Amino acid sequence: MKKWLAILLLVPSFAFAAGTEYPNDHADIDLTDKSSLQRGAQTFMNYCLGCHQMQYQRYQRTFQDIGVPDELGDKYLRFTGEKVSDYITSTMPAEASAKWFGAPPPDLTLVARSRGVDWIYTYLRTFYVDESKTFGVNNLAFPNAGMPHVLQGLQGTPRLATEMKMVDGEMKELNVGLRTDGDGKLTTEEYDQTILDLVNFLAYTGEPSRLQSENIGKGVLIFILIFFVFAYLLKKDYWKDVKK
Amino acid sequence: MSDVSVDTNESATNNEQPKSSNRRKFLTVGTCVVGAIGAVGAAVPFVASWQPSARAKAAGADVQVDISAIQPGQMIRVKWRSKPVWIVRRTPELLKSLSAIDDQLRDPNSEQEQQPAFAKNEYRSLKAEYLILVGICTHLGCSPQHLADGTFEEYAEGVAEGFFCPCHGSKFDMAGRVFQGVPAPLNLVVPPYQYVDDNTIIIGSEAEIV
Amino acid sequence: MNAFMSWIEQRIPVMRVANMHAIQYPAPKNMNFWYIFGFLATIVLVNQILTGIWLTMSYEPSSERAFASVEYIMREVNYGWLIRYMHSTGASAFFIVVYMHMFRGMMYGSYQKPRELLWVFGMLIYLALMAEAFMGYVLPWGQMSYWGAQVIVSLFSAIPVIGPDLVEWIQGDYVISGATLNRFFALHVIALPLVIVILVFLHIIALHEVGSNNPDGTNIKHKKGSLAEEDKTVYKIHEYYTDKYDIIDDVVPFFPHIVLKDLVAFSVFLFGFCYIMFFMPEMGGYFLEHPNFEIANPYKTPAHIFPVWYFTPFYAILKAVPDKLFGVLTMFGAIAVLFAMPWVDRGKVRSWRYRCGLHKVNLLVFAAVFIFLGYLGGTPQENWKIIASQIATIMYFGFFVLLWIYSGKEKTKPVPARITL
Repeated sequence: MKKWLAILLLVPSFAFAAGTEYPNDHADIDLTDKSSLQRGAQTFMNYCLGCHQMQYQRYQRTFQDIGVPDELGDKYLRFTGEKVSDYITSTMPAEASAKWFGAPPPDLTLVARSRGVDWIYTYLRTFYVDESKTFGVNNLAFPNAGMPHVLQGLQGTPRLATEMKMVDGEMKELNVGLRTDGDGKLTTEEYDQTILDLVNFLAYTGEPSRLQSENIGKGVLIFILIFFVFAYLLKKDYWKDVKK
Repeated sequence: MSDVSVDTNESATNNEQPKSSNRRKFLTVGTCVVGAIGAVGAAVPFVASWQPSARAKAAGADVQVDISAIQPGQMIRVKWRSKPVWIVRRTPELLKSLSAIDDQLRDPNSEQEQQPAFAKNEYRSLKAEYLILVGICTHLGCSPQHLADGTFEEYAEGVAEGFFCPCHGSKFDMAGRVFQGVPAPLNLVVPPYQYVDDNTIIIGSEAEIV
Repeated sequence: MNAFMSWIEQRIPVMRVANMHAIQYPAPKNMNFWYIFGFLATIVLVNQILTGIWLTMSYEPSSERAFASVEYIMREVNYGWLIRYMHSTGASAFFIVVYMHMFRGMMYGSYQKPRELLWVFGMLIYLALMAEAFMGYVLPWGQMSYWGAQVIVSLFSAIPVIGPDLVEWIQGDYVISGATLNRFFALHVIALPLVIVILVFLHIIALHEVGSNNPDGTNIKHKKGSLAEEDKTVYKIHEYYTDKYDIIDDVVPFFPHIVLKDLVAFSVFLFGFCYIMFFMPEMGGYFLEHPNFEIANPYKTPAHIFPVWYFTPFYAILKAVPDKLFGVLTMFGAIAVLFAMPWVDRGKVRSWRYRCGLHKVNLLVFAAVFIFLGYLGGTPQENWKIIASQIATIMYFGFFVLLWIYSGKEKTKPVPARITL
């Protein structure tokens, strides 16, 4: 019995050894949590806007939706563009960024819809030190990602922890997780929360109409139910005359 | 609705029929009413989508202008909502001369609603010194010329400065008021605007009355 | 009011046409759940046209602006997001409804004489719909739009001799580009909708000429004078039908009975449609595919390319054949063989209710194989799936072969003279 249990526990590490996709952690976001969205917006503007942009999203609309007055948002959150009704563009020129990074840093307006919230949440928390890479880091969710770990100052230096484990009769070095040196501004829980807020913000910019859609949807569905009751009873009334 | 039921064998009594047809009437009316409400509701997004989009609103947003560099007697042009807006710094002599030509004008006291309430005065502006007008002739939409240094006298005797529209000859004075005997029916439009400070104005909205 | 109506009627027969086709048209009483889908298809068509027109007001059909203009609609046009989701949900709803509609025809033998042409028109609508949907999906100019177009258009290069030139001609360029996008836009917005509307009109004319089938496959129209008075319908049916036939008392007038039945079906359908549209328009990536939220990049192919779910069965058939040309021929053959249903099925009994047990099994297996092929075509490739799609493809065509064989000499149950309710 113990033998089977031990093998079961090793199954996740089999997955690693087999080289399949890194499993995503679940990001429990809440689009109605405005303070989370505000923190996420702040993180984005301070750390991501340097290289990335959100060219389809306007500042003013963002401020309105996340509950930040225009003047405050203009002062503390708008670092690019000329006025608050402008789009969230980056000042990094595209050709230069293509040269520095190999490919221009992608626009992030819709990244939550193309990559998924869980994947981004995992990606931003699975960087680790790797001296062989250009920027000195690699990533478990996105191997050989061409992005530096911009948030390292918050997380602390992340290292891949490995242990020697017996697999298939051989001693193999397997990943058992990530550990930081503890030199970050935030604790692990605080960092995870920061990333959750950021991912929440990205989910919002991916589809700003989501909350409005669900609100309208509730009313519409109730209305359709009412209509159904009338239509059904009326149909039954006419069809009861139909001789069987 | 045609009579669709021809039940000759039905043993329905006269008592049953009114009750069932009342029910039928109620259900028919109810279904139609709820259906009509639904149809109107479904039309809302289509009709509403024609309202100016965020892009249109951004392009039509207020414009902030620095007026500190305008010399007395000088006029600058800015763009607001794709329309030309003129800002003229009027001299004291010009301001004094405005009331003298009242009898040559169609609407000297700005009775017609061509200006915000704050501009319904003899200077048609918030501060007398600066005149702000939408530079579109009220006849058919051409943009009039600003004629100063006596060149306006050719069109209006005794009036040194004004706006002359080359398309059909309409004339306006240095408060934007339309002369009599020209095709244009109304004074030039004064847009809503406000002073941020002595050197800056915002065209597009009035100051909120606190 | 009556004078006005008769003035119009003398000049355009509005009332006569309405009575013939929408009010006093005889419809079988036993039309069941499977008979709602023609009506629902018409509703969805109207939805696609209406929302499509509205989208065209803000969409910009250039490779530089297309993607951005869709986001403009989603974010900056008032209720633009709702109109967009109505259109995208409607596209998938169209195929759900159409597949159910076609399967109804197969179950009840609605393609048999005298409805062969009705079935052919329906198949032409299906073909036009597939082209329309394919081109529509290219318009957002996302990664899947671009690469899906790339894969499907390059199929034509398999045609011997003219293939590569044909591909360049379709593309209007050496690769899929703005030129392709622009012409797909014109075809999607004007040409094909016009074709579809005309075909639907002809489809309904063809239906009303021969009359609707029903789940028992019995005839509603009988030879004039052959029915006893008590067997004739008690309802007012238009003379266009009663002059030529005796209409048996198995019918109800289209209005109000069928209209009301359709109204109920519509409200149920609308509930499901609105639930998806307001709460989960992406439908897990099946209605709006995730890679399409990334702008088209000709230099970066997505890890997995598949067409939208409604094409996946045919995509699986295409991939099952190792040879490029034969893969294309097999895929188009799978659609072409459907056209031939009225002649492949040599049986005289319409409804599967009264046909041999083998026919029921054959039909159910066909449906299951079609769905399974969809799964194979819409998921990333794995080794076992290659063999599986080959077997499934053989089974797909096997349906028609088997049908032709046993329908010639089939043991059927006696078809009742009157419908069963």
